[in-house]
Amino acid sequence: MQRYALSHLQQLEAESIHIMREVAAEFERPVMLYSIGKDSAVMVRLAQKAFHPGKLPFPLLHVDTGYKFPEMYRFRDQFTKEIGAELIVHKHENAGHLHPFDNGCQKCANILKTQALLDALRLNAFDAAFGGARREEEKSRAKERVYSFRDQFGQWDPKNQRPELWQLYNAKLHKGESIRVFPLSNWTELDVWQYIQQESIPVVPMYFAKERTMLERKGQLLALEWPNELKSGEKPVTVWCRFRSLGCVPCTGAVRSRATTIAQIVEEMMTVRTSERATRLIDHDQDGSMEIKKREGYF
Amino acid sequence: MNFTQKEILRFSTCGSIDDGKSTLIGRLLHDSKNVYEDHLASLQETSRRRNFAEELDFSLLTDGLKAEREQGITIDVAYRYFSTPRRTFIIADTPGHEQYTRNMATGASTANLAVLLIDARNGVTIQTKRHAFIVTLLGVPHVVVAINKMDAVEYREDVYNAIRDAFSDFAQRLAIPDLRFVPMSALKGDNVVTRSTSMPWYNGESLLELLESVYIGSDRNLVDLRFPVQYVVRPHMDFRGYAGTVASGVIRTGDEVLALPSQQVSRVKALVTYDGEVPEAYPPMAVTVVLEDERDISRGDMLVHRHNLPQVERHFEAMVVWMGDQPLDPAKPYWLKHTTQTLRARIDEVRYRTDVNTLQRMPAAPLTLNEIGRVVFTATKPLFVDAYQRNRETGSFIIIDTTTNATVGAGMIIAREPAGRLPAQTASSATAADMHAHSGSITPEERARQLGQQPATIWLTGLVGAGKTAIAYALERRLFDLGATCVVLDGENVRLGLTRDLDFSAAGRAEHLRRVAEVAKLLNANGVIAICAFASPDAAQRAQIAEIVGAKRFIEVFVNAPLDWCAQRDTSGLYAKARAGQLENFPGVTAPYDPPCAPALTLPGAEITLDDAVARLVATLRTHKVLSIAVKETP
Repeated sequence: MQRYALSHLQQLEAESIHIMREVAAEFERPVMLYSIGKDSAVMVRLAQKAFHPGKLPFPLLHVDTGYKFPEMYRFRDQFTKEIGAELIVHKHENAGHLHPFDNGCQKCANILKTQALLDALRLNAFDAAFGGARREEEKSRAKERVYSFRDQFGQWDPKNQRPELWQLYNAKLHKGESIRVFPLSNWTELDVWQYIQQESIPVVPMYFAKERTMLERKGQLLALEWPNELKSGEKPVTVWCRFRSLGCVPCTGAVRSRATTIAQIVEEMMTVRTSERATRLIDHDQDGSMEIKKREGYF
Repeated sequence: MNFTQKEILRFSTCGSIDDGKSTLIGRLLHDSKNVYEDHLASLQETSRRRNFAEELDFSLLTDGLKAEREQGITIDVAYRYFSTPRRTFIIADTPGHEQYTRNMATGASTANLAVLLIDARNGVTIQTKRHAFIVTLLGVPHVVVAINKMDAVEYREDVYNAIRDAFSDFAQRLAIPDLRFVPMSALKGDNVVTRSTSMPWYNGESLLELLESVYIGSDRNLVDLRFPVQYVVRPHMDFRGYAGTVASGVIRTGDEVLALPSQQVSRVKALVTYDGEVPEAYPPMAVTVVLEDERDISRGDMLVHRHNLPQVERHFEAMVVWMGDQPLDPAKPYWLKHTTQTLRARIDEVRYRTDVNTLQRMPAAPLTLNEIGRVVFTATKPLFVDAYQRNRETGSFIIIDTTTNATVGAGMIIAREPAGRLPAQTASSATAADMHAHSGSITPEERARQLGQQPATIWLTGLVGAGKTAIAYALERRLFDLGATCVVLDGENVRLGLTRDLDFSAAGRAEHLRRVAEVAKLLNANGVIAICAFASPDAAQRAQIAEIVGAKRFIEVFVNAPLDWCAQRDTSGLYAKARAGQLENFPGVTAPYDPPCAPALTLPGAEITLDDAVARLVATLRTHKVLSIAVKETP
């Protein structure tokens, strides 16, 4: 590398820090969505960097569906305590009671994620909420802004987004309106893992491969944990696998893998041929389902 | 192999609907093995369902929104990511229809490089020119013209050459720093990732090879330190740091820095990051600057090196891309966001708009959506700016509607050169050099000998009503009687003709003075003494005038009279109007008057007779050797 040049990870890092400082300076009550996964882990580290040696100038918010993996809850509580962050956990009244298999992923996500999120933002009067979404993740995200403008109902109108030029973000809002901010917009999944490796960022152990007893259904490997149950005719399988993306127990599939270290995960990422959302059942319900969810107020 | 040591190249792609842009991007992603299998599977399925075709429709990979897929068009800028072992790439995929100038500008604003697609069957079209213009306007340093669909013209070299030459001809008007051409077929994969075997006559690189190798190291400005303060980090009493992103230049520990606008000077004690202190920071690093002294610095301020200052301007001109659904309303205030400052600004004037298809300048009219024009602004507080061409970070701003909060425009600040080039539409330097060659054979010495005088510009500055014009004409009389050749220029005689097209906005006044200075310069060049009586309240503008005229010939005279005395003498009612708030930019009342720091002569306007004033002026001219040669003394 020549002098005065930054590596791609350093450039991405600098851009994300710039965005976070901009939001902290221009909004009254920002909050950072914390979903316990790898993207959140990177986002929190970037926030620590942005405000160092100060503390995070905003709380973390976990919108809990009640269906997360026990390992995720353990990790969340320990991690946020260690870094001294303020954590708000918000649960919908039906969290953990609205069975996704009976109601379909679409409806479940709509109530337990989107509704709960909107409630949490409204109750706390948050006017800017950081999310870890990346443009590379899904087609409809490719056109998302860094500052994603939401109306009074938290809804996204793809036709009514503000042009974003240079690094100049428009922070003007009317009362009741809010923005979602995506500081990792330009990161890819591989960047995220390389950064976790470079920075030694702790992540939930579910990302690492080990022999797990799983249930195989419609080509997906699902965890044998509540509320998943074997149906008649199904048998548990014991396979080497890991979770590439963490969501709720009923709709998060694992991938076959032997990657037990971050270095091995990075290596796997460099040759992987499927997208990470391939293991998220929620995105497959219907054509353009992410776009529909976003319109309703999802991230 | 260390995979983390790669650079990012950001590029935008522009092309019209049928130029094959989506196919190119799809091909680039696919052939460089950056498309996931599940995305490919869904692509195959959709291709079959929609087109009943077996060939992959790559455009389906890039048209992200349902609304777009249903309409079969691209509405918005989409960002794509791929990497090769050498670089990682961020593509801003921008739709090329006429109504999407706004999107092209957005995509180009952060790009290092732009790929312009041309359909080989159609050659350079109006759209191509428009794309090239916008890309140049947004200051994209590298441009690759991809001449696509070569398969449809039998891969003919003459077709390629003709298009390349036609584009090169056109591009001379645009000043593109780095321009390349690639003949290509995105559909067949020729010269996209791998070099084509169908065009043996082309010895250059494939598009991807170009993207991997183009040198972007010098795209950034590492000369002018500009550090806009973004956020003050103050966790406890013992730490106060200014967090921000280095916009340009290099900042080092120990550097002496000046804070704008306060002009306080301090030294960099440390550059703090989470990973420890760093000895230096450069763009686009995000760091926290700790200074040696406690200073009152906040968001919106800027740290710079003391001997390399940006322009501190309330008043500036910019090329504007209008993005609002409502046309620009000159009567309305807007917010500007520039670096980390957001402030109100007024629009003084739309000078002209540029027809993006012909590059012709059109009469100024309110700019409407997707139009581009040159606009004069006055902000409520000074901005710390550089010309966009020199500095993309401090030369750019967005315009926000104060009612709807929408982002309605993007501005690129135009160089404010020494008055010479202020608001004028300047000739290129080549033309200026040409003109210089045509000066005549009479030397200044010959003129001085014949006229018996050294030429000079006597510049009388002072408040309106201080007596400048009366003194000017009295001096003219006296000099004439002494046998000198001189001309008076004052606000009235100039405004009636030479500058009658100009208004009284700040920009209008500046241009008015620039023309006066040019006339004085011409008079001086012909041996004539120019006596100029203009309020000219802005010290910086007077300095610019001195620069045009030449410091040696410029004699600044301050006609100094108290404001109230001037107002009492005023028979035109201007002071009354200004005091009632009906006149903007009125020196001493609604605008500041900067007294000269070191005038050649100060005349106390209220305490002196005309004769006295003239006598003192003549004495001054003698000490400046203006009248030393052969002027007849009259008793």
